[in-house]
Amino acid sequence: MSLTLDSIGLTRGAQTLLADISLTLEKGSLNVLLGATLAGKTSLMRLMAGLDAPSSGKVLIEGRDVTGLPVQKRNVAMVYQQFINYPALSVYENIASPLRVAGLPANEIEARVKSAAALLRLEPYLQRKPLELSGGQQQRTAIARALVKRAELVLLDEPLANLDYKLREELREELPRIFAESGAIFVYATTEPSEALLLGGNTATLFQGKVTQFGPTAQVYRQPDDLVTAQVFSDPPLNTLSGTKQGGEVRLSTGQSIPATGAFASVPDGAYTISFRAHHLALDALPAPAIELKANVSVSEITGSESYVHLDVGEHRLVALVPGVRRLEPGAAVTAWLDPARIFLFDAAGRLAAAAPAKAA
Amino acid sequence: MKPVNQKAWLLVLPVLLIVAFSAVIPLMTVVNYSVQDSFGNNQFFWNGVGWFAELLDPKSDLGSRFYDSLWRNLAFSAIILAIEIPLGILVALSMPREGWTVSATLVLMALPLLIPWNVVGTIWQIFARGDIGLFGAAVNGLGIDYNYVANPVAAWVTIIVMDVWHWTSLVALLCYAGLKSIPDAYYQAARIDGASRWAVFRTIQLPKMNRVLLIAVLLRFMDSFMIYTEPFVVTGGGPGNSTTFLSIELVKLALGQFDLGKAAALSIVYNLIILAVCWVFYTVMTTADARADSDAGRA
Amino acid sequence: MARITLDKLAHSYKPDPQGPQDYALREVDHVWRQGGAYALLGPSGCGKTTLLNIISGLVVPTRGRILFDDKDVTQLPTEARNIAQVFQFPVVYDTMTVRENLAFPLKNRGVPKAQIEARVAEIAGLLDLTSALDRKASRLGADAKQKISLGRGLVRPDVAAILFDEPLTVIDPHLKWQLRSMLKELHRKLDITMIYVTHDQTEALTFADTVVVMHDGGVVQTGTPEELFQHPAHTFVGHFIGSPGMNVLPCKVEGAQASLAGQAIALARHYPALAGKVELGIRPEYATLAPRGAGLPVRITRIDDIGRARIARVELDGLKLAASVPEGASFDGDQAALALQAGQIHIYSDGHLVKGDALPGGQP
Repeated sequence: MSLTLDSIGLTRGAQTLLADISLTLEKGSLNVLLGATLAGKTSLMRLMAGLDAPSSGKVLIEGRDVTGLPVQKRNVAMVYQQFINYPALSVYENIASPLRVAGLPANEIEARVKSAAALLRLEPYLQRKPLELSGGQQQRTAIARALVKRAELVLLDEPLANLDYKLREELREELPRIFAESGAIFVYATTEPSEALLLGGNTATLFQGKVTQFGPTAQVYRQPDDLVTAQVFSDPPLNTLSGTKQGGEVRLSTGQSIPATGAFASVPDGAYTISFRAHHLALDALPAPAIELKANVSVSEITGSESYVHLDVGEHRLVALVPGVRRLEPGAAVTAWLDPARIFLFDAAGRLAAAAPAKAA
Repeated sequence: MKPVNQKAWLLVLPVLLIVAFSAVIPLMTVVNYSVQDSFGNNQFFWNGVGWFAELLDPKSDLGSRFYDSLWRNLAFSAIILAIEIPLGILVALSMPREGWTVSATLVLMALPLLIPWNVVGTIWQIFARGDIGLFGAAVNGLGIDYNYVANPVAAWVTIIVMDVWHWTSLVALLCYAGLKSIPDAYYQAARIDGASRWAVFRTIQLPKMNRVLLIAVLLRFMDSFMIYTEPFVVTGGGPGNSTTFLSIELVKLALGQFDLGKAAALSIVYNLIILAVCWVFYTVMTTADARADSDAGRA
Repeated sequence: MARITLDKLAHSYKPDPQGPQDYALREVDHVWRQGGAYALLGPSGCGKTTLLNIISGLVVPTRGRILFDDKDVTQLPTEARNIAQVFQFPVVYDTMTVRENLAFPLKNRGVPKAQIEARVAEIAGLLDLTSALDRKASRLGADAKQKISLGRGLVRPDVAAILFDEPLTVIDPHLKWQLRSMLKELHRKLDITMIYVTHDQTEALTFADTVVVMHDGGVVQTGTPEELFQHPAHTFVGHFIGSPGMNVLPCKVEGAQASLAGQAIALARHYPALAGKVELGIRPEYATLAPRGAGLPVRITRIDDIGRARIARVELDGLKLAASVPEGASFDGDQAALALQAGQIHIYSDGHLVKGDALPGGQP
């Protein structure tokens, strides 16, 4: 099946929750909804599931209008941020529950539960109660229950948000394999760009109730259509400076100039937003034509194998993501390097004006 | 557009019917009675607001009876609220927080709540008797002249003690639930801040019990204002009229004298008073809360 | 102001503990230097909260002593220790203003009014709360409430240490780093010992100069963030610090050579004969994948593009490991060569790092 949203809007009172969203999700595809808290991810999922009806627009399944058809009559499954299982039932019975409701024969139920448990590595725990399991195993149980139904549409609303980071890493690593073995349409909501990248598939970036871009994940990441998309799809936050293109060069608000060659040559003169991602700002020297920025360290955060170094460059605040543990004293003077080939230029309206040809990383 | 919603109306229909039969129709009947005068064999005459005027006129016989019992009611509710609320809080504070004693205490506390009203009345009628009642005999034994059948003060003391015995556990249980919902961190923080026991009560426990106390006050007010069974069983409204509350007055009017019109008017006014007082309690006690909440939302 | 010494501290919640499995906290010896910034890092259930509660005086340990400077405080209640604590969920006195909240600990201790006012104003300035002083504390956001909890500790001039129990749990993600940097700045300005308990590596490594990693009721390593990353003393530390964590693979070691899935690997140090379970640890950052050439023959199961880098999941004769993929590298088919930086290989025996001896003839 395919699921199509046709100019969907959702308002509640005077508040617009979703505005003019059109998407088509194909059978067997994995689709990530990426956006900050309250961007509209959950509202959109509820519409897809049929838990809510849109205020305007249509929902189509295989071209058939199903707007307003309640959730019971659609073949959907949902996994939530909280670990929702039946506490009194064993893991086996939890996974089997949707099949028992559907009245499947016992041998069929057993076969399906076994295969779902194998896929999610739950076999050793089938006889335990959910509350005797770790958070990661509880969420695996919930995912297994969603998959065992063989629903055509599986919605996952930030399923890993309540897990400790090590468990999150572990499950995140396995999800693409689990999704690939099922033929359903998956929709996965997350606030984390890195999660979207790991999952792959397609990504729709959401901002204030609007889908700003939808396409293959790597493409949305590397070639954002506009500034908002690039900001939504950047963690740590996207670095932005202002700049002016005049003739053969682009002058940055930090004082440096870069030659307007390549992709930058064809953009008209004027004011632009200069953006680049944190990992493209280096604290180790880069070869020419990299530009040098004199900076003072504001604070450095260490994530384990990487460090976020927040820098003050004049009145601009930039962040650099560098490998390894880098503890720099606040106030320390450092030099940061930026390769012009990593820069995005956005025009006054926030549309992408030019980007250097996409490279890996 | 949304076919789902149409079916919903069909599903609430039974509830509407039940509410109509159980509340709306009887209420209308009472309103109907209150504006008519009735004689035997079902003859009714239009009396307009006559009964209400008489009821609210303190110089009339009906009016004076109404005001007398109204003051008794208000005094009774005020006294039992003044006793049961602080006492309930005190009991809740001294209840155990963990271990097997928790369930034992809870069961013990719930016992009075499980006894039917008329049985409570009967228990106390005997319990407080000066000759054979444990309580009455004990008080008399202390040299205090105590006879609830003859002495109005003794009658009042009896029904107040009875009500306190019957209902303080409800207040205590509600407060206990409120106290249990306070995270340990609050107590730990207070210890670290060097707060005294009294400061902990005033700055942590009391504010956190706000909501349950509102419920406790409302419930106890409504219940005590409508008190009927216990004084009816214990004192029968006496000695004299000293424990004749509005509810007892109402029954006397309606079933004793068969003055349906007067009784209907009284019951409507009675009802409105309860509603009005509850509304005042509710608004006063929630305003502060609501203001805090809306501000928190903005911050 | 105090140095805090934990002397053979152990705690069991059972009245009559038998073996080590009955202990929530196994024997801990540690000295918290006056004015240090420490983090206690570990997964839930590792004993870190028990340890924190022993320091604050909410729990009396089963065995061992706790000393503030040279004074034994093991049996002293919380209020008699000069300790402040910030909890997971912000604790503020709802009915009071921010000013009254901050003044509360001083008022309880009978400090003169003028002195209270001056101190409150000073601390409010430090915490950027001056403009909110006359608002009701209950009307502020979680981040401001957490600052108030901290402020009630800072306001006391006698406070020796501030304990933080996962203080950023309920803070919005975008405000977390602001609070983290504020904490660091405060620590630098004030000469107060701070102990920060968390299960989040970023919070621990960012805040602390010294991180104490706990696992299963015991301390597995104490060190700077660099040491934890570069020289994990225990396989658990290697796994827990870093995303993805260190690869830990069973191997055999003989002298300066390891044998991994039948492949010989030269080591940078010389090891004695090892007993027990011997493992080799290497971080994915130091395991590089190349299309061909020198290295271990591996099969690629997947390559994750995480935007700033690519991480390959590979199999070496059934052993799974993560490796980094250099920029621009591309692979035909699923066969590739994995190169391990010899200097970054660690050898573990029963989970614990084995130091080994430097090889004769120079630096590894």
